[in-house]
Amino acid sequence: MMTNSPIILNKDSIIILREQDVVPFRARVKEYAVKIGMGLVNQTKLITGASELVRNMLKYGKGGVVKIEVISRGRDNGIRLIFIDKGPGIPDIDKAMTDGFTTGKSMGLGLPGTKRLMNEFAIESEVGKGTTVTVVKWKNG
Amino acid sequence: MKNESIKIFQKKKGGILEKWMNLQMEEEGLREDLMTNEDLRVQSEELLNGVIDGLTDNNIENFESADFDNVYEILSSISVSRAKQGFSPRETGAYIFGLKEALLKTLSEEIKDAESLYIQSMIINKIMDNFSIMTFETFIKSREEVILRQTDEITEISTPVIRVWDGILALPIIGTLDSSRTQVVMENLLQEIVETGSSIAILDISGVPAVDSLVAQHLIKTVAATRLMGAECIISGIRPEIAQTVVHLGIDLSNIITKATLASALKTAFTILQLEVTKKQKLSTNK
Amino acid sequence: MERIPILRMGQFLLVTIQVDLYDQLAEDLESDLVNMVKKTTAKGVLIDVSSVSIIDSFMGRILGNIATMSKIMDADTVVVGMQPAVAITLVELGLPLKGVHTALNVERGMQLLESKILPGEENLEEDDDEFSYNPE
Repeated sequence: MMTNSPIILNKDSIIILREQDVVPFRARVKEYAVKIGMGLVNQTKLITGASELVRNMLKYGKGGVVKIEVISRGRDNGIRLIFIDKGPGIPDIDKAMTDGFTTGKSMGLGLPGTKRLMNEFAIESEVGKGTTVTVVKWKNG
Repeated sequence: MKNESIKIFQKKKGGILEKWMNLQMEEEGLREDLMTNEDLRVQSEELLNGVIDGLTDNNIENFESADFDNVYEILSSISVSRAKQGFSPRETGAYIFGLKEALLKTLSEEIKDAESLYIQSMIINKIMDNFSIMTFETFIKSREEVILRQTDEITEISTPVIRVWDGILALPIIGTLDSSRTQVVMENLLQEIVETGSSIAILDISGVPAVDSLVAQHLIKTVAATRLMGAECIISGIRPEIAQTVVHLGIDLSNIITKATLASALKTAFTILQLEVTKKQKLSTNK
Repeated sequence: MERIPILRMGQFLLVTIQVDLYDQLAEDLESDLVNMVKKTTAKGVLIDVSSVSIIDSFMGRILGNIATMSKIMDADTVVVGMQPAVAITLVELGLPLKGVHTALNVERGMQLLESKILPGEENLEEDDDEFSYNPE
């Protein structure tokens, strides 16, 4: 998924335990995005997708930790977010990736939509162990 | 020192430069219009020194050695500046190969033993070829950057948003509608809607050569975003082929207003806004 | 306790969202609105999101809920003032905001609501101004 490894320019991490942590988390992501000069539309996509993932983490994963990294590959700068939770895990990832809002079933995880908002998206999950979602949004993505 | 060529080069530096300069002067492709001979000499001398001073027994067969970072910098800047000045790739390549030729000529003059000459020549040949390749790579990269920048400019220019009437915007889309173009169109359009308070946007696609499901997706997204801003979209300029393709691909445009021409789209827009265009009555002044 | 104020404007209600809606606040808003609609027999609800820079699926669901609840009470809902970046993002996210009408600003929103509730008025505006986008 991720081709040649990007260089990490800056590292940060935020612990997400309660819903009140969502807003400061979004503000922090925005800070980094603004710092690398990301335009408003890309910022909005990044933060909205991050919001989806962090809510998933709270709802299904009982909270967790999010790593925020400022990365650079060649001439591009970007933001990489890694959502790590030790929740129940997702039994059928393929299904989760096709189960969109439009099915009208339970809320769904909003993963396909979030994937569309990002430039790179990778998910690993093991039932009983937890889930890790990694996303990248390039400045000019 | 294992490689006698290194010693030879250091001793014969001046001669090598002269040989190289002579080769360049003889070249048909000498671009005196792009670079003066004095500047050329300065550039050549810098590169020559960089190469010869950097060569050691350890790195002579390893073109990727960090010892050559200086050489790479010089080659990069030569490559980039020549690209900008308008030198052709062949001209820049010939320039570097000229140095190789000068080096090899010098070796043939100084090394008498045939086998030794052959071995040394092959080593020098290999490393100089790699330097040449590196020069080409940089050249290509800098040209690609120019293309990218021009692409951006073209994208900006070719998606104008026209205020055709109070509250009506028209976007003649010219060229292929890919996802990055769609982003630009959406951003410009929505921004204009906010600034002008327009309630209708006409997307004219008569300048879009082909409409496949991806392009249709982009159009549908643009329409959806426009609706979120409280405005309505009309798609015009639908050629018969496009209508056919849309149906064959099973694309559902049923909840989008579509018109064949920009003119009829404008008419529809007027109707929606409850505007009427009437001909002025000529007042007869016959007495 | 924080609560989002609901203003009455004639036969309509206006809600201006300026803070991030979290669970409790959102629930309170839903119930407050429904009660107000009943109490005032409002015919329309305007939700001003011009200060909202992020609308995620949670927020989208709230808006959808408000629209549905209000419709049951015979009131239409219009979301006004959406920021362009938010609109673009929502489309990409693929949220189907069912039953939610949209307008550029409060003024237009009120015009829209008025045109919906006055019967017999010549209204050539397509009723498909509901936002609905289903990504393939």
